[in-house]
Amino acid sequence: MSLYAMQKFLFTLNRDTDVQRRYAEGSEARAALLAAYDFNDEEREAIDKGDIGKLYVLGCNGQLLMHFAPLLGIVWADYLEAMREGVRKYGPVRAGIYAMTTGTDEKVAGV
Amino acid sequence: MSLVFAGVCSHAPGITGRAHLADPAVKDEFHAQFHRFGEAMRATKPDAVIVVAAEHFANFFMNNMPAYAIGMADSYEGPIEDPKWLGIEKHTIPGDAALSQRLIREVMQTVDVAYAEEWKFDHGIMVPLHFLTPKFDTKIIPVNINCQGPPLTPLHRAWAFGEALRRACDKVPERIALVGTGGISHWPATPDSGKVNAEWDAEFMRRWCANDREALLSQPDYNDEATYREAGQGGFEIRTFLSVAAAARGKGEILHMKAIPIFAVTCTVAMMSVE
Repeated sequence: MSLYAMQKFLFTLNRDTDVQRRYAEGSEARAALLAAYDFNDEEREAIDKGDIGKLYVLGCNGQLLMHFAPLLGIVWADYLEAMREGVRKYGPVRAGIYAMTTGTDEKVAGV
Repeated sequence: MSLVFAGVCSHAPGITGRAHLADPAVKDEFHAQFHRFGEAMRATKPDAVIVVAAEHFANFFMNNMPAYAIGMADSYEGPIEDPKWLGIEKHTIPGDAALSQRLIREVMQTVDVAYAEEWKFDHGIMVPLHFLTPKFDTKIIPVNINCQGPPLTPLHRAWAFGEALRRACDKVPERIALVGTGGISHWPATPDSGKVNAEWDAEFMRRWCANDREALLSQPDYNDEATYREAGQGGFEIRTFLSVAAAARGKGEILHMKAIPIFAVTCTVAMMSVE
């Protein structure tokens, strides 16, 4: 259920400028925003830190993550590398349909 | 009138957003063919363009996910993405609620389709429109086939949906263009981004150009497990191509089909005769 909550949060964040503002404000505003979602501690920390690699490994849909990354100011090459680094640190993708099929040292798109 | 144009195209956000990172000659060749596709469509003088896209959670989520949805508004907004990231400025795009309603009423005779009076366009529609209607001044009827959140609609239902769209187009007085966007094989938004299955793409497009219904709906070849294995999660978007083939009933002509890794997809543009 909590993977669903993470993805629902990203769906809302990607669409809603007010949610984007509250997330970007950080501290209490962000904490209050995240409190409304049924995350476990690992998930809440990943969302709070904008840890793309952990969110990828936890199974967040790539189309949601891909939109979250530019909101965090992460450019494309760094987004791809953050996911590779997530797999190096946390192991293979645990859920969803966006599992990795190449190696963490491969750069298929050249970046 | 009827259907006056049919075609399919890739819609990956990198096509516009990462254009500066591609080999200029490779990018220019693809963009030129995409523009040629747009010119051919505009030459048919459509009153409205139905864009059958696979959207990416810009509007629909798994709390209420329609297999098929058609927009029913007089205007739409897009892109939902950061304009700098996508390389496309925000626009208000004209729609036609009354035309949508007439189309939906006919489609509903055979297919249970959701309608939406609000719709924010994402790259699935905005990237194609950048080439098809660069002034964003043509009426758009957005259509979504869920290709994101399994369980996905069966392929034969995507075909039946295309047939229903054709019947609907044939019943309205307006000139309608139909464009399917998405796919073909790709692994977008993952570390695999840039990977494609060129042989799988070539065979799928051979079948698409031949409008070979039986081969396109082959369960051994294109069931969800096989598609995921051979063509990635982006391969699920073949549903939009199938619906266009079903609607057009003609033969296809490929203008461009070549992988551009930084764009994360086999960059495809193809037209189909309307018969």
